[in-house]
Amino acid sequence: MTPQGNFMVAAPIRPGAETDLRALLATLNSGPGVVDPANPVLPFGLYERLHVARLVILVDETLGDLALYNTGLPDAPLWLVFLGDCDGAGAAMLGEFAARSGAGLRCIFSHCIGFDAGSDLLAWMLRHSRAPAACYVNWVGRTVRQIHEEAALRSALRTWLSQNDNSLAGASARDIHHRLAAHQRAAGPALTPSAQTPAGWHVRHVLNLIGVPLALLMLSPLLIVGAPVFLFVLRARETTDAVITPRPDPAHVAKLAEIEDRQASNQFSAFGHVKPGNFRLWTLIFVFWVLDFSLRHLYTRGRLARVGTIHFARWVFLDNRRRLLFASNYDGSLDSYMDDFINKVAYGLNLVFSNGIGYPRTSWLLLGGAKHELPFKYFLRRHQVPTQVWYKAYPDLTAADLAGNTMIREGLERAAMSEDEARAWLALI
Amino acid sequence: MAGVDMSAVEFSDMQGLLYTGYGNLTDACFLVLTIAAPEAARAWLATAPVTTADQRDVAAAVQVALTSAGMHALGVSQAVIDGFSAEFLGGMAGQESRSRRLGDVGINAPSRWEWGAVPPHALLLLYAKPGALASLRQSVETTAFAKAFTTLRVLDTTDMGGYEPFGFKDGVSQPHIDWHGDRTPGEEAILPYGNLISVGEFVLGYPNEYGQYTDRPFVGTADPKCQDLGRNGSYLVLRELHQDVRAFWRFAASQAAEATTFAESMVGRRRDGAPLEEAGVAIQGVAADDLARNGFTYAADTAGLRCPVGAHVRRANPRTGDIPGAPLGTLATLVKMLGIFQPDLRDDLIAASRFHRLLRRGREFGVQLSPEAAVRPDAPDPQAGLHFICLNANIARQFEFIQNAWLSSGKFAGLGDESDPLTGNRDTADAFSVPQPNGVRRRFAAMPPFVTVAGGAYFFLPGVRALRYFAGAAPL
Repeated sequence: MTPQGNFMVAAPIRPGAETDLRALLATLNSGPGVVDPANPVLPFGLYERLHVARLVILVDETLGDLALYNTGLPDAPLWLVFLGDCDGAGAAMLGEFAARSGAGLRCIFSHCIGFDAGSDLLAWMLRHSRAPAACYVNWVGRTVRQIHEEAALRSALRTWLSQNDNSLAGASARDIHHRLAAHQRAAGPALTPSAQTPAGWHVRHVLNLIGVPLALLMLSPLLIVGAPVFLFVLRARETTDAVITPRPDPAHVAKLAEIEDRQASNQFSAFGHVKPGNFRLWTLIFVFWVLDFSLRHLYTRGRLARVGTIHFARWVFLDNRRRLLFASNYDGSLDSYMDDFINKVAYGLNLVFSNGIGYPRTSWLLLGGAKHELPFKYFLRRHQVPTQVWYKAYPDLTAADLAGNTMIREGLERAAMSEDEARAWLALI
Repeated sequence: MAGVDMSAVEFSDMQGLLYTGYGNLTDACFLVLTIAAPEAARAWLATAPVTTADQRDVAAAVQVALTSAGMHALGVSQAVIDGFSAEFLGGMAGQESRSRRLGDVGINAPSRWEWGAVPPHALLLLYAKPGALASLRQSVETTAFAKAFTTLRVLDTTDMGGYEPFGFKDGVSQPHIDWHGDRTPGEEAILPYGNLISVGEFVLGYPNEYGQYTDRPFVGTADPKCQDLGRNGSYLVLRELHQDVRAFWRFAASQAAEATTFAESMVGRRRDGAPLEEAGVAIQGVAADDLARNGFTYAADTAGLRCPVGAHVRRANPRTGDIPGAPLGTLATLVKMLGIFQPDLRDDLIAASRFHRLLRRGREFGVQLSPEAAVRPDAPDPQAGLHFICLNANIARQFEFIQNAWLSSGKFAGLGDESDPLTGNRDTADAFSVPQPNGVRRRFAAMPPFVTVAGGAYFFLPGVRALRYFAGAAPL
């Protein structure tokens, strides 16, 4: 099994260099919102282990919100972030980028503070790397290669079924399963066996699985004693924290919409401020700790809680944990994504984002919040940042497609099935 | 949101179309208008003979709706107009991104429409008893009217006896509006599929399915009753859909020996409106005498053996509860909400239908061609179709969501590469599949288009007070 890794390089843009950088990043696209995978600057399509990647200039339209807390973020840097998800370690991916697209990346990062012609590109990228506070992988272990092979398999099985339509009319599902398996062995597309899991991964995985609950258990006396105080302070803040959910500026929405709904999936990049003070910061750190554990152990096979349309997502702190970036890759339009948030995982959104300035009012950290439909939708749109370049290695495939394809491959490789199982399996093709 | 006083539903301020489709007024026509003279238009609107929802059993009905461009033309202040929803302000054809989401690309692109690429200003809907439409038009289209408005397009209709041009019973299923406030779903409610839907999903100024009020413009006046400019109004979506009846039935006949059965599997109902699923299940908001037609969900047919998952009516309303499947106990609900221990990855893709319902008020037009006649080689090709009209309070979450995520998406419910067999734009995806008893999905690829869009716009169907405000005649 090949676990997925991620990378993120974050660097402040040199004053005055933003316009040039935008012009350069636009050349990576073949049109608004659509990357050219073979563009000469950073030909994403070359990288066979790369699932998704993006380059974003984190323009913060909400800096003014800090005034409500009588604070500000003077000298707030204008960040350029380059992030992505891949098979294997993120650092290795950066190494591959540096080796094969060094010139293009140098060109991009030359717009950032502290990068010059003499810089060692890889060392510089590693030095400017940011680890996520939590990250989500739709299907841990499923590689880009596997995704392409399974899509080809489904297509081949479909072709065979339509070509043999007449001879299948009276056949049982099990019989058809047998025949498809025989056809695959004889003339089917290649299916690469799963690679060896990297040494130490399982050990670290199990240590985390045991360690986090153990730590929680050890902390529990403290947590129990602290809970009433925590809840008291929480309620006090929840009833007084400012809610900032004006209708987003139509020009801002138009910029975002222009690059959306071009393919089966969309990107989402949002940027905002953590509420000032230690209370919200430590609440957030604790929430991320629990979230990270859930994402490692519970939500590893096709869905994040009830949501089955997210490919990769991550939360990353910036500016000494004063600002938070949320970046995700999801299927369908933003409106259906937000409806899923509200109707299926409002509690999860509330846990994290209610610690951000301006979020709709929550109760007990879990209730309300995202359930305030229109304020929540305005909040998300207002914090969303246009993504300059976005790449997805399998633009036509949704997470549901990928899950279906994987189930088809797994079913095909099974020696025997009951008639019911075979019927349900055939229905996937 | 307990204790909402629904006795306060103001039918006398509401246009009648929200309450009834005027089914017995079989003759109808819709006039798409631009404002030629604002002053004259305001004067006409100030006294426009609008039929309200408290007027029942009328012999004729007149309804008036405006686009945002129409409000501009009337001279309504920008601040007031900006209080309407972004979709309404943008218009159906105003932004490429919206056209992409609606499937209005390729042969359906607004640049090819017969009207609507440039938004009209107003819509006049006229309903009359058989034979009485001409005289109604005469009484409405006065000299003053002709001075005020230019008629951009007359959308005539045909009474096809409750059937649409492909030959299927139309308007079989509608949400039942909870006028009496029998239920008050709050923010945290988890409900099974029901057909009783909050007033606020269709009428602005009342609580919706989240127990909240949809945004709308307010104006400052002394009378609090008059400040809510959205109250008793609704967004009216109109699309002129051309149906290629010959192509539909010829395709059905070319693919299956039983053309009717195959066509019914594309539609998801029998031609007479009977469901493909076993009906008779009690559902809140489905009347006892309607159980045979609407007393069903698809929960027991996840494979689509009786009704294909991609069938038109199943896409348009998948009849799912907030948590799909059979009702669960508290613990099971919690487990489901956390999304753990669930092997089937697709059973929860489509949920909470109650947030995506439409009140349909469309009318057929053109010449009816029977399926038998349509397949004959020398069949005529008369124009026919549907003036699709629906009412909703949140265009983005209702009409656009259904049109985008459910109807035109090639990825509905994990299907992968199918489009709506009836209305789908084949640029996105062009397949349809019917599961066979042995599990194999019989696939129909490279389907031709059967429905094309020839025009459309987003209107606002105001309450009477608001209409008079727009006319500038009454200080609201």
